[in-house]
Amino acid sequence: MTRVVVVTSGKGGVGKTTTSAAFASGLALRGYKTAVIDFDVGLRNLDLIMGCERRVVYDFVNVINGEAKLTQALIKDKNCENLFVLPASQTRDKDALTEEGVEKVIKELEHLGYDYIVCDSPAGIERGAVMALTFADEAIITTNPEVSSVRDSDRILGILQSKSRRSAEGREPVKEHLLVTRYSPKRVEDGEMLSYKDVQELLRVPLIGVIPESESVLHASNQGTPAIHLKGTDVSEAYVDVVARFLGEERPLRFVNYERPGLMKRLFGGK
Amino acid sequence: MSLLSLLFGEKKKTAAVAKERLQLIIAREHGSAARGADFLPELQRELIAVISKYVSVNPDDIKVHLEKQDNYEVLEVNIVLPETKG
Ligand SMILES: Nc1ncnc2c1ncn2[C@@H]1O[C@H](COP(=O)(O)OP(=O)(O)OP(=O)(O)O)[C@@H](O)[C@H]1O
Ligand SMILES: [Mg+2]
Repeated sequence: MTRVVVVTSGKGGVGKTTTSAAFASGLALRGYKTAVIDFDVGLRNLDLIMGCERRVVYDFVNVINGEAKLTQALIKDKNCENLFVLPASQTRDKDALTEEGVEKVIKELEHLGYDYIVCDSPAGIERGAVMALTFADEAIITTNPEVSSVRDSDRILGILQSKSRRSAEGREPVKEHLLVTRYSPKRVEDGEMLSYKDVQELLRVPLIGVIPESESVLHASNQGTPAIHLKGTDVSEAYVDVVARFLGEERPLRFVNYERPGLMKRLFGGK
Repeated sequence: MSLLSLLFGEKKKTAAVAKERLQLIIAREHGSAARGADFLPELQRELIAVISKYVSVNPDDIKVHLEKQDNYEVLEVNIVLPETKG
């Protein structure tokens, strides 16, 4: 059975696309046939993060409008055998994404035997964001430990609970997961940043992981390689853990504690 | 706390302030039922339409109000029917 997972946040620039790319790649690395869809109509970015921008011929809206077949628009990922990318359209027509159109594409992906469909939501609470979450079975609420991001996540949770198909049809609600991204343990330790526990307490959504703030995310996007592939980096390992937890495995939280260099260490060096 | 910050005074812990502010604003936004209550105007319009089929009411005499109390929400619909003549 296909599971639809939306990566959403309300606020812009918190790491949804970075997460969608890493998470979808992680599912594919675990052997699941996965599609990742860019819902950011007009501002397509996922193709760049996945490194497939030069292979875009048709897009999501072309498929919805019947100008291309879904199988023509899906781009096979260069790193993972069973991962496919459906790019967003660059059209400025905000109404291009219709509910029927999105539903048709999701149904077709189900027929094609996909295990997971990851929906990269645009920022905001307008049409694109609502379309991205409408068919979700699960949601990854991407949140930075910062006031406006937390408040916007709270708003988007409300929209998820009122606008998703699951709630409209009175089915079991969308399963929510909190992902805290761009986390800086040092700043939390210094009392400058909300801790992941604070964010979780405020939003009351089960935590699926914490992704540290890291330069490696920029290296990843520079190269068009999802961050999960940068072996040995904290961010990559943190995303691997997120995927494992999503699949029901228990993994201790890592990269959340700051180890203040002790005086001895500072005087005498050492790792 | 390091020796230096002890000497020169600790910076204010702004994260604690952020948390407190968020607790208040989130509680308020839920309280005002901003969350998921955007169906209220439509509900009101439809109620007016239905009720008008049977009695003539003044649209202003139908009030719909959603209130959040601790763990549940109360949907209050207040309809003032016109006085029956005779
Ligand atoms: N863990 C991280 N560490 C450092 N930088 C990060 C991290 N996650 C994301 N970024 C950076 O933050 C910026 C925004 O990331 P991204 O595009 O994934 O956010 P988004 O939520 O998809 O944005 P939008 O709302 O515009 O779609 C990018 O420059 C990205 O490199
Ligand atoms: Mg994005």
